[in-house]
Amino acid sequence: MTAQVVAFWTLAAVAVASGVAVFVTGSMARATFALLASLLAAGLTFLLIDLQYLSFLIIVMMVMEMLIMAVYMVMYMMNPAGLMPMTMVHNRRGAVLIASAVFVLLAVGVLLTPWPARRGAPPPDPTRQLGLSVMGPRMLVMIVIGVAILATMVAAIVLATDRGRYDRSGDEHDRWGRAT
Amino acid sequence: MSLRAFLLLAAALFSTGVYGVLSQRSIVMVMMGLELMLNGLIVAGGAFWYHVAPVNADGQVLVLVAVTVMALEMAMGFAVTTALFRARDLDETDGAGDLKG
Repeated sequence: MTAQVVAFWTLAAVAVASGVAVFVTGSMARATFALLASLLAAGLTFLLIDLQYLSFLIIVMMVMEMLIMAVYMVMYMMNPAGLMPMTMVHNRRGAVLIASAVFVLLAVGVLLTPWPARRGAPPPDPTRQLGLSVMGPRMLVMIVIGVAILATMVAAIVLATDRGRYDRSGDEHDRWGRAT
Repeated sequence: MSLRAFLLLAAALFSTGVYGVLSQRSIVMVMMGLELMLNGLIVAGGAFWYHVAPVNADGQVLVLVAVTVMALEMAMGFAVTTALFRARDLDETDGAGDLKG
């Protein structure tokens, strides 16, 4: 076994184990950091297939994302500080059955499908290839992503904000501007 | 590493996410399951780029899109949860069953 094989299976085991830990641990804050560990391990596997830039991108984005997520997890925590013991799952048996069936189905497909042989070789610098692609023939993808991010920012603020367009007099007034 | 090994990892991550989405009661925990499923998709996208078609960057672009989708999904999910919490004081999927459809 080469070092690469060892590294891959170690990272894969960490990724799946922390993925499972997300739903096993009782604390939603701990679940967030378990998910972060899973995402980081998956991102690090990209180093084994020459995708240094995407690996870095995944790690940086997911660290920020999970830190923000941790705040929300504390906000909506179901069992804060273990003071409200309760079950966090419903229909566990059905979910386990369906998830196992999905895994078996996917794994059988992965192992039995005659995957096509590789066409061509990876470029010496995949990051340059990606950059030239999104600034050239795949620019439409980047444009759509940009619009989607803008739409998400507007929609998320509209959904999350407490007041509508016309009650702008502040917390001390009702929507017609009268003092409350 | 072979394509199959990467796809097996992707399948394991995806199925773990499926379990979370189906079993968790808290809306934000359901989103954690969705993130895990997308994580599997990212692994598969990168592996397909390297092992099947490294000549053009389509696989890499797919990973880029999936990473963005993960962030957007989280933002919208928390916005919806906040709106639901404001309107009905609930943070569980069972309380919002009337949104089904």
